[in-house]
Amino acid sequence: MHQTFDAAIELNLLHANQEGADYNREHFNEWGITCLNIMSSPGAGKTVLLEQTLAALKDKLNIAVIEGDMTTELDADRLRKYNVPVIPINTGRSCHLDSKMVAGGIHTLAHQYNPSDFDLVLVENVGNLVCPAEFEVGEHAKVALLSVTEGEDKPLKYPVMFQEADCLLITKIDLAPYLDIDLDRITANVRQINPKVKIISVSAKTSEGLKQWFAWISDRVIENSTKQIATQV
Amino acid sequence: MHETDMTKALILTVKDWYHSQPEKAKIEKIHLIVGQFTCVEPVSLQFAFEVQTRNTFLEGVELAIQDIPLIAFCHSCQQEYKPEIGLQYSCPDCKSPMEDIRSGRELKIDRLEYSLTNNCSTEGQFATNDN
Repeated sequence: MHQTFDAAIELNLLHANQEGADYNREHFNEWGITCLNIMSSPGAGKTVLLEQTLAALKDKLNIAVIEGDMTTELDADRLRKYNVPVIPINTGRSCHLDSKMVAGGIHTLAHQYNPSDFDLVLVENVGNLVCPAEFEVGEHAKVALLSVTEGEDKPLKYPVMFQEADCLLITKIDLAPYLDIDLDRITANVRQINPKVKIISVSAKTSEGLKQWFAWISDRVIENSTKQIATQV
Repeated sequence: MHETDMTKALILTVKDWYHSQPEKAKIEKIHLIVGQFTCVEPVSLQFAFEVQTRNTFLEGVELAIQDIPLIAFCHSCQQEYKPEIGLQYSCPDCKSPMEDIRSGRELKIDRLEYSLTNNCSTEGQFATNDN
């Protein structure tokens, strides 16, 4: 006699990660921090973008970096030159950051500093266009980078990343004249999937477009802190 | 391979369920729902599940993955359409961007099939016989 039964589970596979992400975000909100999750394929220019961002904004905003894309301490050392806390996360061989790893980073930040002093936490994710998009870490906005050398078709091939992004930075724009690349096609391909995304073309080398990027960050910080204050009242 | 992490999450969820049961259940089949517009590859998930459940209470349990197609709704044309993943996501008729995804983002543990093994007394008997 063999009788089988059914048990409904109806739970998202990423349920635990999502709960962790919500928990991280609650902490950020409590401390008045805006968190940006920065994602791209390896070599799209996340670290150099962070360098430029820290150099330009560190006197206006109190910034900390959670550094997930680490092969060595070299990246973290590059960023520490700007005198902001850089918290390295040991991702092992993981292909993405998850909310638990970022919680570890937040824990370190809260122990070594007064977290309420910070306005902005920049999370540099592991270089990968696929899975970081599925694992929320507690960010308020997602930023994707796509360098002009990667080709126009990437938004179509890795749609989830580009569909989830709130801001897309087309990087290394100074190289465009030397490549057979159609920038309008990149934009059109992204817009097919995500009509609302803010698209900014930048070059960390010539500084083109960086002011727009800094303005976008400042707007997010202002917008978010207004919301955070409103919910606390 | 992020399917490894997802499989870990899957196993933990099923384990929670397993331990919450008043009677000892034998899980036979796990039903998953995986949308096509996710970063999950069903073949990798099957492989990760097989490897990670070896020598555990889930060894040999069947993982049934239901693939859910990507379906979007075009508000200008007032109709559903199937975007071609990797090629074209905007509406084939009016070229409006894909804004409203109706299905394809699912990543869900749907249900479990199990049987009840009511054999506590039998096990006891065998133990006595061995002695």
